[in-house]
Amino acid sequence: MTGRGGRLLHAYTWLLIAWLILPISVMILFGFNNPNGRYNQTWQGFTLKWYKDVFALDALTSALITSLTVAVLTALIAGALGTAIGYALGRYRFTGAGGLNLLMFAAISSPELVMGSSLLSLFVTMGFPLGTASITIAHVMFSISFVAIVVRARVMTLDRSLEEAAADLGANGWTTFWKVIFPIILPAVLSGVMLAFALSIDDFVITNFTAGTTETFPLWIWGATRVGLPPQVNVMGTMIFAIGVLFAVIANVRSRSRKA
Amino acid sequence: MTSSPAIEFAGVRKDYLSHGESVPAVKSLDLAIAQGEFFSLLGPSGCGKTTTMRMIAGFEEPTEGKVFLDGQDVTGVAPNKRDVNMVFQSYALFPHLSVQQNVAFGLERKKVAKAEINHRVGAMLEIVSLTGMEKRQPREMSGGQQQRVALARALVNHPRALLLDEPLGALDLKLRQQMQVELKRIQREVGITFVYVTHDQGEALTMSDRIAVMNAGLIEQLGTPREIYERPATRFVAGFIGTSNIVDGTVDRVEQGLAVIAKGTGEQVVVRVPDSVRPGRAIEVSVRPEKIDLHRTMPAGITGSLLSGTVSEVVYHGTSTNYTVATTDGADFVVFDQNAHDAENVASRGERVYLSWAPQHSYPIGV
Repeated sequence: MTGRGGRLLHAYTWLLIAWLILPISVMILFGFNNPNGRYNQTWQGFTLKWYKDVFALDALTSALITSLTVAVLTALIAGALGTAIGYALGRYRFTGAGGLNLLMFAAISSPELVMGSSLLSLFVTMGFPLGTASITIAHVMFSISFVAIVVRARVMTLDRSLEEAAADLGANGWTTFWKVIFPIILPAVLSGVMLAFALSIDDFVITNFTAGTTETFPLWIWGATRVGLPPQVNVMGTMIFAIGVLFAVIANVRSRSRKA
Repeated sequence: MTSSPAIEFAGVRKDYLSHGESVPAVKSLDLAIAQGEFFSLLGPSGCGKTTTMRMIAGFEEPTEGKVFLDGQDVTGVAPNKRDVNMVFQSYALFPHLSVQQNVAFGLERKKVAKAEINHRVGAMLEIVSLTGMEKRQPREMSGGQQQRVALARALVNHPRALLLDEPLGALDLKLRQQMQVELKRIQREVGITFVYVTHDQGEALTMSDRIAVMNAGLIEQLGTPREIYERPATRFVAGFIGTSNIVDGTVDRVEQGLAVIAKGTGEQVVVRVPDSVRPGRAIEVSVRPEKIDLHRTMPAGITGSLLSGTVSEVVYHGTSTNYTVATTDGADFVVFDQNAHDAENVASRGERVYLSWAPQHSYPIGV
């Protein structure tokens, strides 16, 4: 691309990338900072000691483990249930399908504050103990719609004759789903699962309502901001970010090698 | 080979529900397709041909009546339990599987031994000329190659019948013609009954042993390509298959089985009719454009049909010249004149011409 329009587009693209990257770079950079005192807010020298001592703060480490546990469970449960819902909605017409669609969008668009407080009332009324289980149930509840919507969109673009072809070749419904449909919609299922994971691991509002005394990674950070964030938080944030980037790169490389 | 027909429909009717109303797709169908036959269901879209095929595969169930495969009642039997295979219009190849895996899919469902699967898939890929492409993914292949994979995937199961739903629709003309010849060869080679759904009359005429011409949920005519082309039974068939000229008139006299319909001075249409036809009866007569001789001067000694008219269109087609002639009684006649003779002897627009054809080339419709 040449000419003034081309240069403008170029500049705009780099500006946008900078906009997105800058906050993340700051987070990564301050993981290497060597602050005097509690506040990790001005650059005072390079060190790797936070990487060495990343798990030195027991409360932070256990909060991270709780968050990871909840996120993995949420991704698996919401992934399985959301895939089933998305497939049903994309594939079949049934009584209540319209209502279910509406419900899913309502779950996505309703304010987290409302959902969090009503979930808290529900758990308290039912006498359900607040902790990892209640957080997971709450996270599955709000992330299931995202998985279902992503999967439904993929299922709706599937050629219906694929299923007929499988049946025609002797496959029953079960075999057709696992041998034909599932492998084809797998990329959509995986992006739904990753979305659920990402939504869960940094959720604050709903978690705050449903956690009881349990601390997750975001809840611990929120609590720590009043006394100063230890650089370990930046290191853990960097690690989570790196894992996310790794997944994105793998997905990209795989789709490229498929096309070639 | 058993003596019962490969496929049989007995009193089949199929209604669809559309906005709470029941709409017939197939009104009444009694049909037997013989073993090893290349059978075409031909008709315009919405005529019920695809519904008919889908009832053989089991994707649709008749509202009334029964479907038999090899003499066995399969009404209500699920598609995966029926011993027929289909080639879909969209091919419906499994995009995540290789050619080898696509073709092996049906055999794997039947739990055929691995070694035999490999052997049969290899042999089938050879028949459809795809040897060496086993590892390819469907998206890496051309439309024509995908078509062959779909064909191999169905045929490798040795079904009692192969159902083809407009399989050549997505191919370009040249490839389509190639595949027509190819399909016919493959059918001869494997000896399986083929049921072919198409709206393309040329395709049906080229490949079929028999054709059922369908319209509005009914079979209008059932016969060999020649019968259907030469002796269309209804006005619809006459119009749908090839080009037909149709003359309306009243029988003036019947002489030795030939009815004569007089059309003005010296002009007449002569057609062979059954004994039941008497003078005074209204009749429709059809004649194919290539059967008509076009004369620039009044021909002498004509005992068959003779009409006069004015040339309104001349189109040169290489092998033939096609004329449109407005006849004296108001009908437009199409005449295909083979360019065998003198190129000088071409009638031009506005010229007065005479059309003649032998009695055996006109057929009464619906008599």
